[in-house]
This record gives sequence, C-alpha cells and structure tokens, in this order.
Amino acid sequence: MRLAPAGSVPRPDTTASLAETERLASTLVRVLDEEGRALGPWNPHLDAADLQVGLRHMVLTRRFDDRMQRIQRQGRISFYMKSTGEEAVSVAGAMALRPDDMLFPSYRNQGLHIARGRSLVDLMCQCLSNTRDMCKGRQMPVMYHWASGNIFSISGNLATQFPQAVGWAMAAALKGEDRLASSWIGEGSSAEADFHHGLTFAAVYQAPVILNLVNNQWAISTFQGFAGGEHGTFAARGPGYGIAGIRVDGNDFLAVYAVTQWAAERARRGAGPTLIEHVTYRAGAHSTSDDPSRYRPQEEWQAFPLGDPIERLERHLIALGEWSAERQERLQKEMDAHVAECWKESVRFGTLTEGPSLDPATMFEDVFKEMPQHLVRQRRELKTLLGG
Amino acid sequence: MPQMNMVQAVNSALDVMLGRDPAVVIMGEDIGYFGGVFRCTDGLQRKYGEARVIDTPIAEGGIVAAAIGMGVNGLRPVAEIQFADYVYPAFDQIVSELARLRYRTAGEFSAAVTVRMPCGGGIRGGQTHSQSPEGIFTHVCGIKVVMPSNPYDAKGLLVSSIEDDDPVIFFEPKRLYNGPFDGDWHKPAVPWSTHPKGEVPADHYRIALSRAQIVRAGSDVTILTYGTMVHVAEAAVRLAEVDAEIIDLRTLVPLDLDAVCTSVCKTGRCVVVHEATRFSGFGAELSASVQEECFWHLQAPIQRVTGWDTPYPHAFEWEYFPGPNRIVSALKTVMEVV
Repeated sequence: MRLAPAGSVPRPDTTASLAETERLASTLVRVLDEEGRALGPWNPHLDAADLQVGLRHMVLTRRFDDRMQRIQRQGRISFYMKSTGEEAVSVAGAMALRPDDMLFPSYRNQGLHIARGRSLVDLMCQCLSNTRDMCKGRQMPVMYHWASGNIFSISGNLATQFPQAVGWAMAAALKGEDRLASSWIGEGSSAEADFHHGLTFAAVYQAPVILNLVNNQWAISTFQGFAGGEHGTFAARGPGYGIAGIRVDGNDFLAVYAVTQWAAERARRGAGPTLIEHVTYRAGAHSTSDDPSRYRPQEEWQAFPLGDPIERLERHLIALGEWSAERQERLQKEMDAHVAECWKESVRFGTLTEGPSLDPATMFEDVFKEMPQHLVRQRRELKTLLGG
Repeated sequence: MPQMNMVQAVNSALDVMLGRDPAVVIMGEDIGYFGGVFRCTDGLQRKYGEARVIDTPIAEGGIVAAAIGMGVNGLRPVAEIQFADYVYPAFDQIVSELARLRYRTAGEFSAAVTVRMPCGGGIRGGQTHSQSPEGIFTHVCGIKVVMPSNPYDAKGLLVSSIEDDDPVIFFEPKRLYNGPFDGDWHKPAVPWSTHPKGEVPADHYRIALSRAQIVRAGSDVTILTYGTMVHVAEAAVRLAEVDAEIIDLRTLVPLDLDAVCTSVCKTGRCVVVHEATRFSGFGAELSASVQEECFWHLQAPIQRVTGWDTPYPHAFEWEYFPGPNRIVSALKTVMEVV
C-alpha cells in the first residue's frame, strides 16, 4: 500500500483547477502521525471539544455495533453489519458538513446517523422490525432512512444511491439552494455502472456533490483488486472524469474531516464535485452471514498500516492534554450503558418473534400513495386468512 | 380546437406542465437543443432554458437515477428514454429504486418521476427499435403503466402522469405518432387531422389514470386492447362484421377491472389483443382476470392475439405484426362457439 507521511501533502485552494489538484488523487492525505500529533496544511484545527464529540460518536458507533452483533448471535435480530474500523469515515464525514446537507449512505454508514444525533432506539427498532420500525417491517436490518435528519434510504442493491445523490444535487443547484449532497459507496461496488453514471453526471453538470468511495480493502470475500484497485488508486478515477480526486487516510479523523470540508467548500463555491477515496479497513466480517476466516488471515487488521481510528484520535487528544485513559474507559462504560438502556426501551416495542407486532395488513400500504383496487382486494383476502 | 398529431400532443402536455409548475423538468438524450429524435420536445429548451430542459449523457441508468434524486429533492422530472428498447440499462433504478422508494421508507421518501418512451413496431426498427416491453413493467409493484392510443388521450394522460405523486412509465406507440394506423401497411398513411381524437385542446386538461374507455360499443364480443392495436382492432371489427365492444385500457396499472368485467359479462366473449409477445405478456393477466371474474358469463374460451414469441424481425415486420386478419380470425373463433 502506498503511504505518505502525515502533513506532507500540500493543500490547494478549494477553487483550484483540476490540474492543480491532480496529485491529491495518487498520494495519501494524512494529518495524524504515529505519536498523535496533527501536522501540515490539512490540519483542520478543531477545538478539543469538537474532537471529543467526534470521539464520543465513534465510540458509540463501535459499542452499538458490538451490541447489535451479539444480539444477532442470540437470534433476536435476523442480520447485522458492523462498521468496526471505519467509524471515522462516517463520523468525521457527517461532522464536516451542515445539518441540511443531504446524505446518501451505503449500508456501513451508521456513523452518519449517530453523528447527526439520531436516537439509537430508532435504529434498534428498525433492526427489530417492531411496531416502532421506521420501515414498517419492510427492510432488512440496517437499511435505515431519516427524512427529517436529511439521510436518504439505504438500498440493498449496491451503488444505486451514487447517481441519485448527483440528481439530488443537480436539483439543489437548479432551485438555487445552498445545500449539497454527499454519498458513500464501497470500493467493491464501484465496479457497478451506477458509479460511472454518478461521476459522469456529476462532471457534466458540475453538481454540488461529494462522492465518497470507502476503500475498506474487502468486498465480501474479494480484495480491492477485484474492483480494479491494484493498478491505480480509486481516487485517480476522479480526474479521469474531470473531477477532483483525493485519496485520504480514512482512519485519520482529522484528515477525513479536513478533506470533506475542502470538498464541501469547493462544491459550495461552484468549483465542482469531488471524489474522495477513504483508505480504511473492514475490521469485522462483511455481515453476520459471513465468515472472513475462509478468505483472509485473522491478524490482517493488526498489520494494517493505518491503525484504528478510535485509538488514533484518542492518542491525539491525550497528546493535546485533553484526554486520558481513564476518561476513555469512562466514556466506553457510559456508551455501553446508553446502548443497553436503548435496547431495553426498543424491545418494549416488540421483536421479530415476540409482540407487540405490526399488523401484517400494513404490507399493502405505501406501494402507491393511494391504495388501488387490486391491493384493497388482496388486503381483504389476507385479513380473512388471518381471521381479522 | 387545434389539430395535433401525437408528437405535438406530447409536446403540448410537456409545454403546459413546464409552464404551470416550476418543479417540472424534462431530461433525456437529444431532447434539449435538438428537440428529440421524434421531435416530442421540440422548442421546449428555447422556451424554458437548459436548466429545465436537460440534455443528458447516453446513460439510461444515469438518467433515471438522476431523476430519482431530483424527485427526492422536490422536483417532478419527466425522463425520456429514446426508445423503449433502450430502457434496460435503467431497469435496476426503475424496479429496485423508483418503484419501491415509497414502500421501503414507509412513505418518508418518494419520487414523482414520469419515464416516457416510444414503443412498438411498424417503422422498420428491427429487434432493437420495435419492442413493447410494457408487460415487464406491469409485473413490478409500485409503478403505474400507461399507453395512450391517440393524441387527445396522450396529452391528458401525460398531464395526469406528471401530476401523479407515484412513478409512471408512459409508453408512446411510435407508429401512432403521425397518424392512426389500422395495421394495413400497404395503405397510404392517414394523418391525425382525419380522426376526431386529433382534436386536442391547447390548455391544461387531465384524463384520469386507471380509467379505460369504450371506443366502440357492441354486444357480441369484448376486445381488450391498448396502444396501436386499438386502431387495428377497429379495422378488424369492420372486416369481420361482428358487433364487438372495443375497450382501450389506456392505463394498464392500475387496471380498470370494473370496465373490463362489465363489458365481458355483457358480451360473454373476449379477445385480448396486444403487439407485445404472448408468453407471460400482459394479455395473460387480462385473460386470467377475465376468467376469474367472468367465468360463468363466458360462452367461449378467451382468445389472445399478440406478437409472436420471437424478437421483432426487421425483414418480416408485417408477418410478425398482429394485423387485422389475425384479429378477425380470433373473432370468428369465439363467435363460432355456441
């Protein structure tokens, strides 16, 4: 893997021409060094309080993931997908944007919801398909959405959100709104045509959009080479389309924040879209249905040169004199307690196997805005079958 | 009242909606500066500007995806797919995204997108410019499917489709763009100005979706059809000299089952006609529904007249096209049974 020392990459102006940004696509923007010092022109100079908020969101995301994984193993939810090792990508990515910017996530972006302050009870109830499920039992676990929080729905068909985000951004520009869209895709699903459509449309219409490619090294069982990452960087595809591309250390909270901030300012100043490749590592299995020991060495994450995003931000805060091992332990305990409390509250609304449960007849709602006759008839038939 | 062909009627519907609703945008390949390969969007970019009449890259999947994103952001996009035969790269965005967005988010997100596309044969388009893929879309839950048979309906149905908050696939039978076509390709083309449905109001009007229309009342047999085949069926009825009731379905989803059943229960006979291929086609759905609802009124087995189950061949277009003679034959078959 090609690395670059922290602080070594120059930061062009946000309105720089494509040619002036081209080096960013092949190098690696890093701010935090091994000792936890923030170096170089990409240092976003965040207040210690903001850094602590970021750390808190990342720890909460990880503890939430761990708990949900255990709950799935107990058979209380059908499926789960952890984002362990990738927390900085979502948390810093959300924190660097405005609350009214629209986010089009992939399935491993739960940190976006958490960074935007979503109640864990909402997320848990979705995973439980219970009476408080935002999706009314229609989606597998983790396929969240949040209209009032400006987070779009997650599709099980990968990459579809990428060109949709571009269309959303085109509409924002057309309406004269100062809002941008940001979308996330995995390096694996960047092989889909939707990725190409997203970049083409973003370039043609100079849409105010940030296109994030999360290179966590692994699709399900195939390494990033199977998506074409062995012979060039994914970020370098940006300039190929006429879009600025930046390759960033995705486990460096400060670097992700700074690069997102740069891309957002570029979009808001009308200088066009940006493709950001976040280099990170999927520390867990693809999902609870996956067994990574069958295709990769167990200790690979330990050998991954970019480390753990939580430990690195923690080390930085300690270096600043704004954190300690004791505070970290206290934070983890607090987050665990919060997760446990939210779980207790969530199961009050039912689980997939135990009541209270949704009325199955609701499955006929929302196919169309108004229910057509054939669905009214089918609903009646189901109600009769169920003895309603 | 102005005379319009179907191209002008579609253009008028788009013009009226762009003028009335600032949320309406139209997009597609060659639709802006050039005005569309069939001229359906002629002059609209000059009138409404590049921001609302948008030329796109040649990427149907990208067009529909961008339209969905725009719809989520409050616009009402009308996307043109240059030929229905080109829609397949957009299939995932239509089936997995557009059709199900409202459902999967329990109503929190939706996209009011209309996807227009010319369909059908009869213009020497071969197997990639002649298809009628409506049955592929009627099988998908969450999208409405419309196919007009004349300029008056085309405008009113397109206005309703654009105003509808659900996604609509709007098929335009391209053989009807310039005139009604009765299936006899030897005859000189007839312009829409000779047809009463070529009179099209210049202003805004709607034709409700999911309302079929009786285009010929009759008592012996019901012909269920739509699009180009409405006119072919009319010609066949004249040839067969039977008192057939012809129903133009206009909207396939949601289907006006009441109109279908009322007619078939009255006549006791049914012939289903479409240009698309037969196996698993929309005619199979019609035939099954009629059987379920009207079985005790039926005096003969239901007949289907459709395109053959082959790709649309360039050289044998008229052997492929389900012309009036095949409909006459089906009418005779159902009438022979006592």
